[in-house]
Amino acid sequence: MIGSMLRRDLSKFFPFAGGGAALPVVFFVAVAMLYPFAVGPDVNLLARTGGGVVWIAALLAAILPLEKLVAQDIELGTFDQLKLRGATEELMMAVRLIAHWLSFGPPLILATFPAAALLALDGPTVQLLVLGLLAGTPGLAAIGLMIAALTASLRAGAALSGLLLIPLALPILIFGSGALARSDAASIGFVAAISLLLVALAPFAAGAAIRAAREV
Amino acid sequence: MQAQLSASNLACRRGDRLLFKGLSFELGSGEALHLTGANGTGKTTLIRTLARLTSPFAGEVMVEGEIGLLDERTALDPELPLGKALSFWQRVDGCTDPSKALSVLGLEPLLDVPVRYLSTGQRKRAGLAALLNRGVPIWLLDEPLSGLDVAAIKQVTALIALHVGGGGTALIASHQPLAIEGLRALAIEDFAAREDAL
Repeated sequence: MIGSMLRRDLSKFFPFAGGGAALPVVFFVAVAMLYPFAVGPDVNLLARTGGGVVWIAALLAAILPLEKLVAQDIELGTFDQLKLRGATEELMMAVRLIAHWLSFGPPLILATFPAAALLALDGPTVQLLVLGLLAGTPGLAAIGLMIAALTASLRAGAALSGLLLIPLALPILIFGSGALARSDAASIGFVAAISLLLVALAPFAAGAAIRAAREV
Repeated sequence: MQAQLSASNLACRRGDRLLFKGLSFELGSGEALHLTGANGTGKTTLIRTLARLTSPFAGEVMVEGEIGLLDERTALDPELPLGKALSFWQRVDGCTDPSKALSVLGLEPLLDVPVRYLSTGQRKRAGLAALLNRGVPIWLLDEPLSGLDVAAIKQVTALIALHVGGGGTALIASHQPLAIEGLRALAIEDFAAREDAL
């Protein structure tokens, strides 16, 4: 059952598998492309600030898939039918978290390379950036899932989820881009620790949220 | 197929409003119950409570055997062709031969049509096919006949009768009369809670 659930989730959310799932990645590259236009072609300035821009772009891109992440399956009754077949909400959310990260994290990390080229980032910076995103995107995906589950039954859910994600993602952003500022890989350890905590928490928090959404 | 579905002294509410109270019934293998009541009296709430999707305000639900639910949300991905949308549930349920249910319900010509283009009746039949493929003993059907044409109503009624005749259990909420032998009736209004009773 878990295998079929993961397969369905991936075919729903993976970029270019269908729907508008490629949008976050395209959006991410577009933001990185826009930045040099806004601040000018000064290579030193771009190289110094570009890493932070990539982090902000990643954070903004994390907001985009949230609207469809949980609400649609509540509406369709998919979670109800899975529950009748013995799956717990926690399991459904854990599977969804894996699918969400797989369709959002790795594509974003791959897109970091063209983005880094556009921002004239050097080798060590790109390395720290990729490591940081590798450690940080699971945390962003976990925050996103919790918010998507919490706001699924609200009418203004989409706008609210963006507003909620930004402050919650702040620790990941601070330590992730902090690693770039000091060229120090140690703070990526903090990012990984925060991510780990969030990933462990998310299935339970999101599961409780969709259970609560049923009881109207 | 051993199945048992019973409720004792059940009370449910939606929001702050108590819908019904003191509702009890017992259903065993080979028995079917027709649930009637006007809109908003709590038929769907009762069915969701029996399916253990929501918890009752008071009372108890006892279930022995797996439950299959068919309501207005068929859990089929709207953007996928019907065949693919159904095949997800076939994989989850480990169903090896879905063709029988598909042909009985006349869904074979629709397998390439995306679910969002299907009519209400066609979707309902697709939901029923998914339910048939599960092979569970207890059926909870919420308005299974709404949106169906005359031929499909006959067919679905016959399927329910066949399921009950084969030792299954069914609870059907419907505004339409059901031609099923030995069908018991339960009017939810008999258990309606008065406004001042809360």
